[in-house]
Amino acid sequence: MKQFAILPFLFLMAGWASAQMRVTGTVKDNRGHILAGASVVVKGSYDGGVSDSTGHFSFKTFEKGAQTVVASNVGYKSMELPVTLGTETVDLAFSLKEEVSELKAVTVTAGSFEAGDKKRAATVLSSLDVVTTGGANADISAVVKTLPGAQQVGEQEGLFVRGGAGYETKQFIDGTLVNNPYFSSVPDLAQRGRFSPFLFKGTVFSTGGYSALYGQALSSALILESIDIPERSEAQASISPIFLGAGLQEIAKDKKSSWGMQYGYTNLVAYFAIVKQKPDYFTIPEFHAGDANFRIRTKKGGIIKYYTTLATNKLGLRRPNIDDPSLKNAFGLSNTNWYQNLSWRENLGSGWKMNLGLSYSTDHTSFTNQIQNQNNIPVTTGQVWIDSTNVAAKTTADLSQIKAVFDKRLSGISVIRFGGEYMYFYNKGVFNNYTGLLREHFKSLFSEADLYITNDLAAKLGVRFEHSSLINKANIAPRLSLAYKTGNGGQMSIAYGIFYQKPENTYLYATTNFGYTKATHYIINYIKNTTLQTFRVEAFYKKYEDLVKTYPAYNNDGTGYAKGIEFYWRDKKTIKNLDYWISYSYLDTKRDYLNYPGQLQPNFAANHTASLVMKRFVNSINTGFNFTYSFATGRPYYNFVKNGVKYEIADQGKTISYNNLGFSLNYLMSMGKAYAVWVASVTNVLNQNQVFGYNYSHDGTRKEAISTPSPRFYFIGLFLSWGVDRRQDAINNNL
Amino acid sequence: MKHALVIISMFFAGMAVAQTKFESAMGRGLEQFKAAKTVDDMTTASAFFERVGDAEKDKWLPYYYAAYSYYLTGWMNPKADKDKVAEKTKDLISKAEAIEPNNSELYCLRQMAAIQQMTVDPMARWQTYGAEARAALDKAIKADPNNPRIYYLNGQTLMNTPEAFGGGKAVAKKLFEKSLELYKTFQPASPFHPNWGKEEAEKLLAACQ
Repeated sequence: MKQFAILPFLFLMAGWASAQMRVTGTVKDNRGHILAGASVVVKGSYDGGVSDSTGHFSFKTFEKGAQTVVASNVGYKSMELPVTLGTETVDLAFSLKEEVSELKAVTVTAGSFEAGDKKRAATVLSSLDVVTTGGANADISAVVKTLPGAQQVGEQEGLFVRGGAGYETKQFIDGTLVNNPYFSSVPDLAQRGRFSPFLFKGTVFSTGGYSALYGQALSSALILESIDIPERSEAQASISPIFLGAGLQEIAKDKKSSWGMQYGYTNLVAYFAIVKQKPDYFTIPEFHAGDANFRIRTKKGGIIKYYTTLATNKLGLRRPNIDDPSLKNAFGLSNTNWYQNLSWRENLGSGWKMNLGLSYSTDHTSFTNQIQNQNNIPVTTGQVWIDSTNVAAKTTADLSQIKAVFDKRLSGISVIRFGGEYMYFYNKGVFNNYTGLLREHFKSLFSEADLYITNDLAAKLGVRFEHSSLINKANIAPRLSLAYKTGNGGQMSIAYGIFYQKPENTYLYATTNFGYTKATHYIINYIKNTTLQTFRVEAFYKKYEDLVKTYPAYNNDGTGYAKGIEFYWRDKKTIKNLDYWISYSYLDTKRDYLNYPGQLQPNFAANHTASLVMKRFVNSINTGFNFTYSFATGRPYYNFVKNGVKYEIADQGKTISYNNLGFSLNYLMSMGKAYAVWVASVTNVLNQNQVFGYNYSHDGTRKEAISTPSPRFYFIGLFLSWGVDRRQDAINNNL
Repeated sequence: MKHALVIISMFFAGMAVAQTKFESAMGRGLEQFKAAKTVDDMTTASAFFERVGDAEKDKWLPYYYAAYSYYLTGWMNPKADKDKVAEKTKDLISKAEAIEPNNSELYCLRQMAAIQQMTVDPMARWQTYGAEARAALDKAIKADPNNPRIYYLNGQTLMNTPEAFGGGKAVAKKLFEKSLELYKTFQPASPFHPNWGKEEAEKLLAACQ
């Protein structure tokens, strides 16, 4: 009896099996590319399959009659097809439309290197990259110089980008301009940047064609974005023969706010005692720097960030006088700089966002240059060209600014953004008996749209209006870029833009009867990104107009151009645990500016520049080894001499090529309760002769090479941190 | 009488069949999942769970297993694009969360997906994905502090974190011990609820000794 009862059941099941229907077909995207791994299902049932690597799928179903088959894939809009399931195999063709998403959409990359975690694909340099670049000594600018577009200029600070002078690059922190990003200039000695790389989560190095949100930089913008609430509360200490520092960072229990402060003291007395310096330092360089910050997360998910740093430093050095070797130039400098930045980022709801930036900085420098004899006693020679170099000067540079940017999300991920800024510059210079005073009210308005037409095509259209009260002139600068995704992580971009910059204060002290200097950028770029590799090539043409001339008169009659091509390759994949990048820049540039007698290749521009950066962390010994090799062909140098009513080139030449191998080592360990990092680094490991240019005597009979004060710079230090690891709080409370 | 019994029992059997269409699918799915040896097997298992989830609409477990098995393909295939795997995994987790919000097991999956993405380039990514992973575990603890997988996962992460960054075997050991203690009393809510991790925790604890 039991057997009989089961029988009809078996028949029923057999009947089901025979009624199984096959559904087959293909899944492609709307451009006809195969989509593997797409899910296909008879709606409302468990029956379905997955498309294979050829885009085909095939599955059986028990469903009958009028049904719907759905194909779906992440990043695509699902597609439904009505079918009638009878007795015949059903063949279906799906064509899925890609969804426009921030993660997948093309980014406009012409001209810029985005570094940070904003967008995975664009990551080029992180703060970790900065501190682990051999020979860069954790200086952001030094690392940026290993990217294409920047010159290896060692005799003065600043980023010399694509045939532009150092002052043509501006730095911005959280949107606002930084007036004095470097420690005060010392003749023939490049100074470090003031800001620690750990303050920033993202860096965009734009070598041209940048956004309408930024202005007053003819060549380049270094856009730094500060970190939000840090991960952990900690106390830190740094110990090195040249540097002592201590700091504290406290994060609230709810992780909604944090505050911190730091102090550092640098003194090179011990270092100079060991490593001989060419100049005779009568005031050993000494720096005090303190900073403080707070960050508060707002209820709507916005954040308010405040950062301030106060630094003072002094130094004094003697070098032989070029006109008379029996005399010395004694240069002394002291500087105090206070910088504050307050920013507020907020979601205003219904697609609106606000970025508000306030900043204030004041910089006081006094420097002297004194002609001294061999006994270091001031002398007067009676020769004007020597005596006139006796200088006692004091400068004050204040900048107060406010900037507001509003974002409104349009359909999809397109965004329109607009805003304005107001800056008040106060500059006072007292040179010997001469006093110069410049007051500038600078206003700008800007608007920009990021338009995502599809995932593969995006445009950035912007315009910027500026007015300077000092030169009493306005300008309107259009910016445009387009990006097109070519597939497989590759994309092409083009950019065009006009950039204006008012003349440097040095010239404005003489006369404010100037117009804006002007550069027009044309850029084309191809970039291919895979997870651990980046390839980038970019060609550019830049036209300079209205550059400052100082002879025969102060005016805007200067002209110039720069063109070139640049390559960049970063690879973390090929060799395990080795991260390296190679950059190469070719530059052809000439300009007629200042007292140049005609269009010449400027003395800060080399034709070929290349860098190789290698980093390897060996886990088994907790040690990182970092090498950087930089190379540049020789740069031109000139001696212009006034002959009657014009300047002539009395002498010219090219420096030897520049080579520098930098090395650094990081060793991680724990010491008691502290995490410790030992850092050792040295520049110019191979002791190669470095010449950045030449100084000429007044009569042109003597010339002297400009070089580094000592062949190498060594650093060794221990960085300790005692962390109260808030990351583990939730877990530890339950242990 | 015998007839009547047979008819009644068959009636109940029929009801049971109807009721357990989902359960039998889950059972089949879990069998496929356990037997999966290749990436294709695992992908097929994941797709099956996803279909069950899509059809059921109010059950989070199919999506849980769809996400978990898809996540595993990221480890099984050494050439997998882990970012793409994570994108799909997280999409499936979101579907499960829409049905079952604030579930400790789903937060655990989020942690696992984030860690998988971090391993692509740990030095550069730990700040982003490490934070994402920690945030997920924090939520998992709030949702259910007695979920043993939380401590197992955290231990596993810390075991692979250098001591200098707060990791190491000593720290991890405590977590595995806590996890195993919880496994002693842990009872899954149904035969289909997540019940894995004990053997793994034992293995890693042994490796910490």
